[in-house]
Amino acid sequence: MDWLTTVDHKKIGILYLIAGGLFFLIGGIEAILIRIQLMQPKLDFVSAQTFNELITMHGTTMIFLAVMPIIFALMNAIIPLQIGARDVAFPFLNSLGFWTFFFGGLLLNLSWIVGGAPDAGWTSYMPLASNTYSNTHGVDFYSLGLQIAGIGTLLGGINFLVTIINMRAPGMTFMRMPMFTWAVFITSALILFAFPAITVGLVLLTFDRLFGANFFEIANGGNAVLWEHIFWIFGHPEVYILILPAFGIISEVVSTFSRKRLFGYSSMVFATILIGFLGFMVWAHHMFTAGLGPVANALFSIATMLIAVPTGIKIFNWLFTLWGGQLTFNTSSLFAIGFIPTFVMGGVTGVMLASAPADFQYHDSYFVVAHFHYVIVGGLVFGLFSGLFYWWPKMFGRVLNEGLGKITFWTFFIGFHMTFFVQHFLGLMGMPRRVFTYLPNQGFDTMNLISSIGAFLMGVGTIVFLINIAVTAAKPKNAPNDPWVDGRTLEWTIPSPAPEYNFKQTPLVRGLDAYWKEKMAGNKEVPAAEPVGSIHMPSPSIIPFMMSVGLFIAGFGFMFAKDEFANGFVGMLFNNYIVAILGLVITFGGMFLRSVFDDHGWHIEPEELEDKGVKA
Amino acid sequence: MMNRWHAVKRLLPILAGLALLLSACGRADLSTLQPQGPIAEKQYDLMKLSIGMMIVVVVIVFLILAYVLIRFRRRPGQTEIPKQVEGSHKLEIIWTVIPIILLVILVVPTVKYVFEFAQDYSKDKNAIQVKVTSHQYWWEFDYPDYGIKTGQELVIPTTKKISLQLNTVDVLHSFWVPSLFGKIDTNPEGNTNKMYFEAPKAGVYRGKCAELCGQSHALMDFKVKAVDEAKFDAWVQEMKAPAVLPEDPQLAAAFEKKCLSCHAVGDKGGTLGPNLTGIGNKQAVAGVLLNDETPVEENLKNWIADPEKVKPGSKMPKVTLSTEELDGISKYLANYKLQYDNGK
Repeated sequence: MDWLTTVDHKKIGILYLIAGGLFFLIGGIEAILIRIQLMQPKLDFVSAQTFNELITMHGTTMIFLAVMPIIFALMNAIIPLQIGARDVAFPFLNSLGFWTFFFGGLLLNLSWIVGGAPDAGWTSYMPLASNTYSNTHGVDFYSLGLQIAGIGTLLGGINFLVTIINMRAPGMTFMRMPMFTWAVFITSALILFAFPAITVGLVLLTFDRLFGANFFEIANGGNAVLWEHIFWIFGHPEVYILILPAFGIISEVVSTFSRKRLFGYSSMVFATILIGFLGFMVWAHHMFTAGLGPVANALFSIATMLIAVPTGIKIFNWLFTLWGGQLTFNTSSLFAIGFIPTFVMGGVTGVMLASAPADFQYHDSYFVVAHFHYVIVGGLVFGLFSGLFYWWPKMFGRVLNEGLGKITFWTFFIGFHMTFFVQHFLGLMGMPRRVFTYLPNQGFDTMNLISSIGAFLMGVGTIVFLINIAVTAAKPKNAPNDPWVDGRTLEWTIPSPAPEYNFKQTPLVRGLDAYWKEKMAGNKEVPAAEPVGSIHMPSPSIIPFMMSVGLFIAGFGFMFAKDEFANGFVGMLFNNYIVAILGLVITFGGMFLRSVFDDHGWHIEPEELEDKGVKA
Repeated sequence: MMNRWHAVKRLLPILAGLALLLSACGRADLSTLQPQGPIAEKQYDLMKLSIGMMIVVVVIVFLILAYVLIRFRRRPGQTEIPKQVEGSHKLEIIWTVIPIILLVILVVPTVKYVFEFAQDYSKDKNAIQVKVTSHQYWWEFDYPDYGIKTGQELVIPTTKKISLQLNTVDVLHSFWVPSLFGKIDTNPEGNTNKMYFEAPKAGVYRGKCAELCGQSHALMDFKVKAVDEAKFDAWVQEMKAPAVLPEDPQLAAAFEKKCLSCHAVGDKGGTLGPNLTGIGNKQAVAGVLLNDETPVEENLKNWIADPEKVKPGSKMPKVTLSTEELDGISKYLANYKLQYDNGK
């Protein structure tokens, strides 16, 4: 019950981690099934229909329900600590954001059990995603599930914008903010601008499918290419929403474990902003073959290539952070070091793809599959692993097992390159993506086999990570405040895991890498900006959970409103929108209750602070 | 100037080695790395240029990283604090400017080819005009200047430019012949895409659908057959010749009733399915049952007996045919060969 009502950012971070990890496993199993089917030519392991459902759900799950929430887990767990705040700006919204994400994701994945999973690709291009060509409820689950989950993301983005702008500790100017905070700040801004686009797109898609609207229905004057534009105006910034936090994590880890401040901090900040900005200008490079004409293709080619410049700045800044430092090798730093070459490889193929005339060959081939897995798995997932190993003690009070961690790194790293490196060549040799099978003797056989074996290795790495979590959880919570000894930022000044109120006294920041600066000045602690006083805490609430359940029920109600049911009573409930209305009543009822009842929260008094100690 | 030469001299062996390495990859009639036409060649040049440049970048990063990892690892007993370096404007400017220069080198041919490949030959009298229409899951090729339509196999002369106008009748597909040219999407009517290409070497090239289009997306293969001009003219004449129906009148009746409602042979039949004229000497049945691996008659029989098994989700229904009818029609179609290709 405590976990259903919590509004504490650290607990919500853990909830995000558990839910995101669960969906990560589901997406991973889907990936393994895909690779089994493609292990040899003309296999019949799954049917063509199931395969299309698998690739659609793998993409959708991994992007929206796995890596995004794990990013949100780290954001929630760490950002308030890094900026010296006691919580996020809107704790209630934070909880609401988690629950809408969770129930949206649950709705989407229930499609496997009821009504058939979405099968039109994670991009859901029309007309394939229309009722005419996809006549199960699959795409309805996609549009409604993502809509509900998207509310959570948007709320989270706004929440973190406000938190970072308003709640930094005294002295922490923008140019003294840790790099991870900067990355999350830009990411949140991207969420704020990109998610409304997908929201609108999904509404249009839902209207087309459920209410017979004709936004994309060609026979009635709709336009299929319009969907591509709407989707990618969201979809491209989404890539940067994903990768920027990973950049932030790498910056923290690289600088901590080489015992050096980040090289070129201000150019890093500038590069991050620039990447975020350019990320909005390049969506049409996903559509070079859609027939936009040479002028658009040329401009979008150039704009896309430009992104390589700030990205290159970041790469070299990391290299020169390591230069002259004292690098400690542990799982966290290994993942960060593995990130650099892998991401560079993903980045350079990105520049290759940006050249439109050559992209006519690469597009929708396995070359693209290789490219974006290098960026998203080799970049983001490596970054997330690095961050998890790095901040695990701060989140749970226990340091993850290093031996098992290194096994995870090596199996995952080798498996990853085995899986995806050969796919570049498969694409260049003419293998289109999203194919459920291929003919023998086309030169595809060996490399597909290698690729599948690599995928199994990655699976092994993930399993070892899970074992690691279990083994670690069995040990006592004995991590010190600063388990890496060389921690540089504020989160390492407080106990692990952080107490409920984070900071007994708000810290005073006197420079970049506040904690390191004090350590160098010979101080054990960061000075406080305020006397010990009573701490105001927000009350827990079940309302966010109930509101999300309401949306979940309403989603089902709308989806099945036109279906025939064997049971007349169930039919009556759905066909008259009674279920849908009931769901919305719960949600709006929750909003109403939240508005009319004043909740002033509660206080932790100074005398309690002394004996309360560690409690997350 | 001197410096640039040095760079080029260093790049050349990498590029040469790369070209060798890459050209060993894949089938000549399928791989983008073994281009068989001018457009694919230019795309391949662009690939080589960008891959070469990118390999240089990757190698530099890897070398720095390897050096740093070996040189600056923390050694036992090392306790002094490393110098906390702020950054270096000089270095940062260098690694901003160098990528920009590299990008400019790549942008120039990119822009040049973007416009070159977008040239419109749809009004050109010397080009062969073909309207490509994609269906779930087959391709229709309409030659309006000759008044002929065919399916699954685009026959073209080696001497002329081929100008394509592409559309779809159902969902989005993408037309791709890797060894001849890059892909282009087929959008619904009103959003027609245009493209041109040449295939100067006679031969058969494998084509693919590159946009997820439903269950049998993976099986939506087609062939491009480039032949010399005389053969092409002969093919056109034969395609326009009147239909040849099965000799056995009973079989002919069944064929007309059960097949020609959708398919056409010669001047007879419908347009819902691919035109069957000359299907006996095509490369494949249904795009994926290759006739050089299994006899065409057997492929036809398998396909007609259960289309769903060969191509899940296909619009071709399972037609009720007696065993004799199935055998007879398969045999008849297998023998429906055009003469233009005899001297092959």
